[in-house]
Amino acid sequence: MEASKTLTIEKEQRHPMDELLRMDRIPHIWCPGCGIGAAVSAFAAALEKLEFDLDKVCVVSGIGCTGRVAGYIKLDSFHTTHGRAIPFATGIKLGNPDLKVVVFSGDGDLVSIGGNHFIHAARRNIDMVVICVNNFIYAMTGGQVAPTTPIPAYTTTSPFGNFEPPSNIPRLAEAAGAVYVARWTALHLRRLTESIVEAFQRPGFSVVEVISPCSMYYSRINKLGEGIDMLRFYHDNAIIRHGEPTENLDIDYQKQIIIGRFVDRERPTFMDSYRKWLSGAESISKEKVDEKN
Amino acid sequence: MKANPEDVFTGVYYIDGDVACAYGAIAAGCKFLAGYPITPSTEAAEAFVRRAPEVGALFIQMEDELGSIAAVLGAAWAGKKAMTITSGPGFSLMMENIGLGAALEIPFVIINIQRGGPSTGVPTRTGQADIMQSRWGSHGDYEVIALSPDSPQESFEFMIKAFNLAERYRCPVMLMSDECVGHMTEKVVIPPASEIEIEPRRFYKGPKEDYIPYKRESDLVSPIVKAGDGYNLYIIGLTHDERGYPISDEEALKKDLDKISTNRYLVDKIRKNRDDIIEVVEDQIDGAEVVVVSYGITSRVALKAIEQARSDGIKVGSLRLITVWPFPEKRIEEIAARVKGFVVPEINYGQVAFEVDRCSHGEANVILVPHGGASVHDPKDILGAIHRVASEKKRYENVIEYTTGLEMSVFGKRLAEIARK
Repeated sequence: MEASKTLTIEKEQRHPMDELLRMDRIPHIWCPGCGIGAAVSAFAAALEKLEFDLDKVCVVSGIGCTGRVAGYIKLDSFHTTHGRAIPFATGIKLGNPDLKVVVFSGDGDLVSIGGNHFIHAARRNIDMVVICVNNFIYAMTGGQVAPTTPIPAYTTTSPFGNFEPPSNIPRLAEAAGAVYVARWTALHLRRLTESIVEAFQRPGFSVVEVISPCSMYYSRINKLGEGIDMLRFYHDNAIIRHGEPTENLDIDYQKQIIIGRFVDRERPTFMDSYRKWLSGAESISKEKVDEKN
Repeated sequence: MKANPEDVFTGVYYIDGDVACAYGAIAAGCKFLAGYPITPSTEAAEAFVRRAPEVGALFIQMEDELGSIAAVLGAAWAGKKAMTITSGPGFSLMMENIGLGAALEIPFVIINIQRGGPSTGVPTRTGQADIMQSRWGSHGDYEVIALSPDSPQESFEFMIKAFNLAERYRCPVMLMSDECVGHMTEKVVIPPASEIEIEPRRFYKGPKEDYIPYKRESDLVSPIVKAGDGYNLYIIGLTHDERGYPISDEEALKKDLDKISTNRYLVDKIRKNRDDIIEVVEDQIDGAEVVVVSYGITSRVALKAIEQARSDGIKVGSLRLITVWPFPEKRIEEIAARVKGFVVPEINYGQVAFEVDRCSHGEANVILVPHGGASVHDPKDILGAIHRVASEKKRYENVIEYTTGLEMSVFGKRLAEIARK
């Protein structure tokens, strides 16, 4: 006869990811059904695989729900101003090129207010990984319309339905010069982890977009269910097409979402170009005469 | 510690204020400049980038001023002395992140070569109208240090002062120069590195596990660390406590923010150390009937007026502000009790004049000699104001404006006086 099994609950249960989290800040602020936590898990798993010296990894985020990520990850984390995560990260990277910099922020922060910086960091090919969680809305401030909101979704500032065409983040990233561009969803965590690993391995500006449910605003206002319903939607409607031309990656409302790895190319990074320039730059010797042009 | 000889371009030069700023920054050990071109500051960035390779400094021309100031803050966290260079419109764009820098107590320097304003203003001509903005520009409470050079020589020297103050007090330090000084070409003597004192970054030296990011030393400033050294920094613009952790909504409501957050220290570390920070140059204040309070290029123009007034028999003293912020409140208060009044010439419609008036507590008249910008004062106007104060029998409650020669010729004396009421 089998002895009855009793469930013993240990006083302090440890999870493999605890080392990477600021456990004194948990529980986090994200809503039940939100996909950001899943993205953070994928990020943690990727870091584990990469076996980096974690002292040298910096996480920079902006303002928004995804912007909160910096606060929960136990690395050098920088929670900066809205839209300015990328230039802040640029400063860190150029201040100490040995650091590995990852920008973890949301669609509004990165491609709306931060759009200009996104474009130029990609153009310069600054060596950093950008994880952009796209929930199609400005969630932190209560669910306003965002540049990524599909037509004709309802939000608090598009109460009669959004009519503006949304941004296509992978296309923007490719056009601006990113060397690695991928899109996954909060459901496809294993592949998301692999992509984050690849993004780190590619020298240059890498972008990984993560389509995420927003159960509190986007899916609730549009009566699409909760987080789990959105994940089910991704399961049924996300189709993997590696190498798909980015102009085909527009996201229409509640239609097929193409995911996969779309751009993987080589370009000299900012530091490569800078160092090459430096070795050729004329060094002006000190002169005790008129210095003006 | 002494400056690094490789960073100091010792010698005698004939350069403009902008270039002198760049050389001063490099001499101070600045290794990072992120900027966006804006007249009349562009020469400073150009001079910096030409010298950057030989001193191992990095320059990045960012896509806008918003990116520039953000990159400066990031580079500071990576351990570099960092700065940006701008003018009025760019200064306005940077305000949000200046607040972030103040809240995070990041040491950094901003050079503002002031120009005509407001808005696009007169890009190629001088102004001194950003002075109040340098202190109050960003939202929320914080304090900055602002310096006002009057020449290319001072532009060089004050950049070193600026970086030293930034490191000592972990606050934004602004060099409030202007187009006239910036574009003025004059002799600049750069001494040997052994004669230049620079303040190294006050790095935390204790055990890693005991590090509390905003734990203060006796001068109310916290030692700093840098990214990449394993401190698991938690850097956030939300109002935070000693550990850098944000104050929750509940706590903010129920507890005294002064006691649980760093907010109070953002102002106290400057206000309580003001005696160590404030620097003024005084001349013949003792026994003066009138004191001219001026800063930057205007103080050089005022010299001529002061000389003439003295030979006219008026006892005129001069108080030149090296540091505009923090303002020498106590000194003005002391002087106000002993003089008939102050003359404050400035290239704006009244900014420092109101500070002088505030600190006078009604004990002395304050006459503002305004100037709309683009050029510098006519010394005759400053002289006229000195005469007016010296002979004025009435005690005015508020700042009075001197009716300048230009206005007299345009409006006629009576009309101008009516307009002043």
